[in-house]
Amino acid sequence: MSLVTETTALPAERFRVTRSRRNVAWTGVGALIVVVVLAYFPYIVYSGTTAILVQAFIVLTMASMWNLLAGYAGLVSVGQQAFVGLGAYFVLILALHGTSPFAALPVAAIGCGVAALPMWWLVSRLRSGYFAIATWVLAATTMLIIEKFSSIGGGTGMPLPGFAGLDPTLLTAYTYWAGLAVTVVALVGIYLLLRGRLGLVLTAIRDDEAAARSSGARVGLARMLVFVVAGAGCGAAGALLAISQLQVQPGAVFSVQFTAEMAFVTIIGGLGTIEGPIVGTAVYMILQQTLASYNAWYLIILGLVAIVVTLFARRGLWGLVDTHLNVRLFPVGYYLRLDEERPRALRVLPRRG
Amino acid sequence: MAWVNAIIQGVLVGGLYALFACGLSLMFGVMKVVNLAHGDLAVVAGYLAIGVITVTHIPVLWSFLVVVPLMAVLGYVLQRTILQGALDRSVLATLMVTFGLSVVIENGLLQFFTANSRAIGTGLALVSGSFSIGSQIQIGYLLVVVFAVAVIVLLGLQYFLSATKYGRLIRAVADDREAAQLAGADYRHVFGIAAAIAFGTVALGGIAYGMYSQLQPTTGTDTILLFAFAAVVIGGLGSLWGTLLGGVVLGVAQQIGAQISISDETLAGFIVFLAVLALRPQGLISRGAQS
Repeated sequence: MSLVTETTALPAERFRVTRSRRNVAWTGVGALIVVVVLAYFPYIVYSGTTAILVQAFIVLTMASMWNLLAGYAGLVSVGQQAFVGLGAYFVLILALHGTSPFAALPVAAIGCGVAALPMWWLVSRLRSGYFAIATWVLAATTMLIIEKFSSIGGGTGMPLPGFAGLDPTLLTAYTYWAGLAVTVVALVGIYLLLRGRLGLVLTAIRDDEAAARSSGARVGLARMLVFVVAGAGCGAAGALLAISQLQVQPGAVFSVQFTAEMAFVTIIGGLGTIEGPIVGTAVYMILQQTLASYNAWYLIILGLVAIVVTLFARRGLWGLVDTHLNVRLFPVGYYLRLDEERPRALRVLPRRG
Repeated sequence: MAWVNAIIQGVLVGGLYALFACGLSLMFGVMKVVNLAHGDLAVVAGYLAIGVITVTHIPVLWSFLVVVPLMAVLGYVLQRTILQGALDRSVLATLMVTFGLSVVIENGLLQFFTANSRAIGTGLALVSGSFSIGSQIQIGYLLVVVFAVAVIVLLGLQYFLSATKYGRLIRAVADDREAAQLAGADYRHVFGIAAAIAFGTVALGGIAYGMYSQLQPTTGTDTILLFAFAAVVIGGLGSLWGTLLGGVVLGVAQQIGAQISISDETLAGFIVFLAVLALRPQGLISRGAQS
C-alpha cells in the first residue's frame, strides 16, 4: 500500500497519525447537545411526535446493528427479525412474571445476545448468500417454536401487561426515554467497539481475509462478537417495539419487514459508516410519514431506492456528503498526514467500496 | 398405514421442492449469485399463469408454454442488466439487489392483487384426481406428475450441462471465468443463459405449486425460498441429485411432522434442516464444497 512507499521516501518524524482529516472535537459536544435536547422533548412536544421518534429510535438502532454486521463484518443477515421477535418475547415473558417491562428491556438485550451464540454456531457454517438465507430460516424456526407456547399467546400473541396504574402521559415519556437511551447506548457502543481492537481486526478482514488470518487476526471470533452484539442490539429494539405497541404478536414481531427496513435504511444512508444509518433513518421516517396512507408503497419505494443506490451510489447518501465535504462525524479509521504540508493528508485505510 | 402414506406424500412433494431448489443451486453454482427473490419470482410465474388463463381462456396446461419461456426471457434480461450490474460491484450488492427485488415484488403483489390466496386450475382432473392403493393411501395424480417433471428437469439439466455446447460453456465459466474468457467465451451471455434456465425451472415450480396448493404474495419467501434453500443445504451444495434427495428428505420430514401435529409441518422440515446444518454441514451428498 501507499503507506509503505511514502514512509520510506520521507523522514518518519514528519508524519502524524490522526483519527480524522479534520478536528472533530466539536462532534462530541454537538452530539451531547442533540441528546440533551432530545431528552427534553417529552416536556415540549406532543405525544404524537414522541411516538414517531420512538419509531425512529427503533429503526435507527436496528439499522446501526445491521450496518455493523454487513458494513463492517461482511455478514449479510436477512434473519435479524429473529432477535427483534425474541427481544419482544423476553419482555413479554418477564412482564408476565411481574417484572416492569422497562426493567426487562436490558435483560431482553442480554438474553438475545446469549441466544445469538448457538445461532452463530449453526449459521457460521455457511458463507455469504447461503449464510443470509440460513439466518432467515433460523428466524422462521424461532417464530414457529415460540408459537407453540400457548402460555405466551401462541400464534395470536397477547397484550403486554405490567403498565397497570401508570399514567398514559408518563408511559409515553418513559417509552421515549427508553428509546433514546437504547439508541445512544447502541451508537456509542458501536463507535467505541469500532475504534478499538475489534474495529482494526474487522478492517483487516475486510481488506484481505487470508492476510488477516495469517497475521493472527481471530477472524471467526471477531465475526461471532459482531453477531452477538447485533443480536443484543436488535433484541433491545424488539423490546422497545413491544413496549411502544403494548402488544406482542408473533407474525408482527418476527416479520422479515424489519430486516428489509434495517437493510434498506443502511444502504440508502451509506453502508460501512456510523453516520449512514442516521441519514437513512431520516429518509425512512420522511418516506414512511408521507406514504403512511398508501399501505405497502413505502416499502416498495424504499426497496427500489435501495436497489438504485446499490447499483449507482454504493456509498449511499453519507458517501456523497463524505466525498464532497470531506467530513466524518464519527471517525473510526486512521489517517496519516504530513505535518508541514497540511493539504496532503494520506489515507492509511483504503476507502470502503 | 398413515405413516406410509405420509412418507409417500413427502417423497412426492420433495420433487416439487427439488424443482424450486435446482434454479437456486444453478445460479449459485454458475455465477455465485444467491437469488433472494427466487421464491417471489415463482409466485410471479404463478400469478402470470392465472392471468394468462383468465384472459385468453387457453387450457390450464398450455399456460406453461406461455409463462415458462416468458420467465426465461425475464431471467436473461434481469441477469444482463441489474444482476450483472450488482455482480460487477460485490457479492453484497447482489444480495441487496435480490433482497430489494424480493421485497418490491412481494409488496407489489400485495398492493395490486391483495393478500388473498389464489389457486390454478382447480376442477381440472389432473389437479383434483387421485388413485388409491389399499384403503388408506391416496396419491394425487398431480404430485406424481410433478415428481416426474422434477426428475425429467434434473436429468435434462444434467445432460445439458455435461453433453451440450452451452452446458460445457456454462461449466467452463463456472470453473474459471477468466480462463473461459481468454478462450473466447462471453461470460455475460453465458450467465444470462444460466439465469434463463433457472428462471424457467422456477416458473415451472411456481405454476405447479399454484396447482398443488395456493399462492399468496408471501408464499414466495416464507415457503418457496426457504424450502428450496433447505433442500439445497440438506442435499449438499452443488450437487443436482443431492438437491432431489434434499427435497425428498425435507418433504418426508414435513409430512411426518404433519402426522404428529398438523401445525408442525413446516417446523419439522426446518428442524431436520438445522440438524443437517449442525451435524453434517457439507450436506447428505457431499462434494466437500462449502462456500
